[in-house]
Amino acid sequence: MGMLFSLFMVAALIVVAYAGVAVVNMQNLFGVVIPYAAIAIFLAGVILKVLKWSRSPVPFHIPTTCGQQKSLPWIKHSSTDNPQTTGGVIMRMALEIFLFRSLFRNIKSEVTDGRATYGSDKLLWLGGLAFHLTFFTVLIRHLRFFAEPVPAMINTIDALDGFMQIGVPHLLMSGVILVAAAAYLLWRRVGISQVKYISLAADYFPLFLIISIGLTGIIMRYFAKVDIVSVKKMTMGLVSLNPVVLSGVGSIFYIHMFLISVLLIYFPFSKLMHMGGVFLSPTRNLSNNSREKRHVNPWDYPVKVHTYEQYEDEFREKMKEAGIPVEKE
Amino acid sequence: MENEQKPEELANIDFNPPETGWMDTPPEFKKGIFCYGSRPSYLEAVGFPNAREWKPTDEDWKLPDNWKEIVLEGMKERLEKYRSFKIFMDICVRCGACADKCHFYIGSGDPKNMPVLRAELIRSVYRRYFTTAGKMFGKLAGARDLTEDVIKEWWYYFYQCTECRRCSVFCPYGIDQAEITMVGREILNLLGTQTDWIGGPVANCYQKGNHLGLEPHAITSNIEYLCDDIEEITGITVEPSFNRKGAEILFVTPSGDLFGDPGTYTAMGYLMLLHELGLDYTWSTYASEGGNFGFFTSMDMAKRLNYKIYAEAKRLGVKWILGGECGHMWRVLNQYMDTWNGPADFLEEPVSPITGTKFENAKSTKMVHITEFTADLIKHNKLQFDKSRNDHLNITFHDSCNTARGMGIFEEPRYIIRNTCNNFFEMSDDETREKTFCCGSGSGLNAGENMELRMRGGMPRGHAVKKVQEKYGVNMLANICAIDRAVLPPLMDYWAPGVDVCGTHELLANALIMKGEIKRTQDLRLEDLPGVEDDDDDEENNEEGEE
Repeated sequence: MGMLFSLFMVAALIVVAYAGVAVVNMQNLFGVVIPYAAIAIFLAGVILKVLKWSRSPVPFHIPTTCGQQKSLPWIKHSSTDNPQTTGGVIMRMALEIFLFRSLFRNIKSEVTDGRATYGSDKLLWLGGLAFHLTFFTVLIRHLRFFAEPVPAMINTIDALDGFMQIGVPHLLMSGVILVAAAAYLLWRRVGISQVKYISLAADYFPLFLIISIGLTGIIMRYFAKVDIVSVKKMTMGLVSLNPVVLSGVGSIFYIHMFLISVLLIYFPFSKLMHMGGVFLSPTRNLSNNSREKRHVNPWDYPVKVHTYEQYEDEFREKMKEAGIPVEKE
Repeated sequence: MENEQKPEELANIDFNPPETGWMDTPPEFKKGIFCYGSRPSYLEAVGFPNAREWKPTDEDWKLPDNWKEIVLEGMKERLEKYRSFKIFMDICVRCGACADKCHFYIGSGDPKNMPVLRAELIRSVYRRYFTTAGKMFGKLAGARDLTEDVIKEWWYYFYQCTECRRCSVFCPYGIDQAEITMVGREILNLLGTQTDWIGGPVANCYQKGNHLGLEPHAITSNIEYLCDDIEEITGITVEPSFNRKGAEILFVTPSGDLFGDPGTYTAMGYLMLLHELGLDYTWSTYASEGGNFGFFTSMDMAKRLNYKIYAEAKRLGVKWILGGECGHMWRVLNQYMDTWNGPADFLEEPVSPITGTKFENAKSTKMVHITEFTADLIKHNKLQFDKSRNDHLNITFHDSCNTARGMGIFEEPRYIIRNTCNNFFEMSDDETREKTFCCGSGSGLNAGENMELRMRGGMPRGHAVKKVQEKYGVNMLANICAIDRAVLPPLMDYWAPGVDVCGTHELLANALIMKGEIKRTQDLRLEDLPGVEDDDDDEENNEEGEE
């Protein structure tokens, strides 16, 4: 149900954008108002969410330790998987954020012939990393639409991205890999019964949305080629706060823009906030030094305890008989 | 209570999820999977709410009238108190990396034992009452209403999680089901739905100082029995002290080691080692529990029980604290004790009086793990061993969840084993260290009435041992956890018959050459040491060991 609903929703969004531009000529709404609103909601939403998270304190020091602790000087310590210092934590977080360290550990558990066995399973890591890295690359590449002149770095990235020099314009690998990786992630949700069982509409929707964004982008670049000069005028208009709407920019551009706007609006209210959350996860961003340095709980309060005096009062005779020293005879 | 299914039957597991979605599949309370509800006296002893007679199979759980308000208030409070809980409610992408990492899922195939879905049980309620999307779109947004059936489902599944943190190792965001289970259990405790097996030790520990409820004279006499056995084996009289003021070191270990074997052999190991060193140390009958079943009920309760350790160290005027082999005890000591009941500024930074080594890693908490202490002694050649006394043992080592993933103490116990035993064999990397599998009975699930659950949850560990048993002839499973020593023997009998269980300090003391000892003919279990009756055939023993 969740999958069909999400597919329907994304299809409906595409229809809305197409109808809005091609039928009722609301280019201004789809090309200016909604993109601005989306950016505002995205920024405000993400900031508010992170602020809301950070209002909840970290009362206890709870890193998940994934390697040898630092104890005796002659025992080799695992400084990134079980960091003892801030530097170690930064390394751990960097590996986690850029290389998906934890996902790289993934193994597949099976029970075959009545015996639990484990095998390497790096596909999810590969698919996830490919998806996120290419998403990031595509994002950076798009900066060419928001800067004049185009920074040299972006031209370099484009050149690298299109190094295979297939077709005209050159095929940029990142867009293709992005769609392929998203399709793989979608396939997992449908093809693996356990993953299907846990999947919600909120898992399918962003995948359909991102795949649609990727496909409309690919269509615009290679097939239904849009007037790229007008597009750049419009995007530069947005970024310089002098928005313009030019005729001759095809509906496909507006669909692409609208889906991106929806993604931005959806982002702060969804699981996509894992982007921010991973930085704040207390099992990853704390060092394992809680015996070396005291961690303070900001909401700590006194609790009722059973004191030694109470204990001795209750057991004094038995203690004396057993020859255990007591405070009061 | 015995589990009547044969291992082959139990290992025949269906991993296909049911036809119906999980929200539409109510849990079926299966005998052998859940624990008894707590008797009222246990809850009353520590002031937990809603003490009453109840059974988990009752239709009416006799929840307080305003139970719903209590639960939602409880969730709100914890969302504000714990960033972990708040973030873990928001950022899961349901990638499924954790799904097949849980020993209860591997052993049962029940999809609600996938950590992601166990978390969704509470996340769905979070969405319904605490997020806009959940309030507006309900089920479509993965939200559902809070009902009594939901409470029962939480209870059934949060007591099928041992808070082992294995899922957290694999999660790309470090989402830790243990954190979610802990919050879930805290909330269930607000409704008085404690298990009897956890409630009892908590009440005992609060009133008497230890989980088993050993009164002071019972502690001293139990230890004296162990000393009698040591004298029989070694000819050496060991006379430990209790509640002695002015001792340099306070020694704290789980009470389980004083009561049932094979934990008692580990306790004998401590006694022999500390005697041999001539260490100026004392036991305490008041702080006579290193473990903390309060940790399986609520943070407050855990803090209340943990209080005794520092309080007693202060009263006795010791310099620092030495802690025995125990899993969740060390999670608590490493990650919580100093925060709860510190700063321990009345103690000194721990220094080994034998080697002069400063334990820099414990300079604030002032509590040292005995395998850190002992590994340091061995490194400095302070102990003499006759390793051949352990030659009849082919040993493998089980990393306990808490010391593995809440501390990272991997090499210290292995160093002790390698220096005291000739035959040590590792299980595979996928089954040890940070990826270690739970015994299946941690976090207070080591009761008798849930034996099927324990065998299921312990299946991955059982199979791992079976593999090294077949490959290397392993017959001894060493560990550094008192719960392990209590629960692994029946688990081994079930999945890998012929494998025994011990603590590392049993192995150490068995090999330890003590000053003035008689020729040893018995091991710490008072069983004959193989081949020792004949004179001087140690070499022959060694050869056997090499095979």
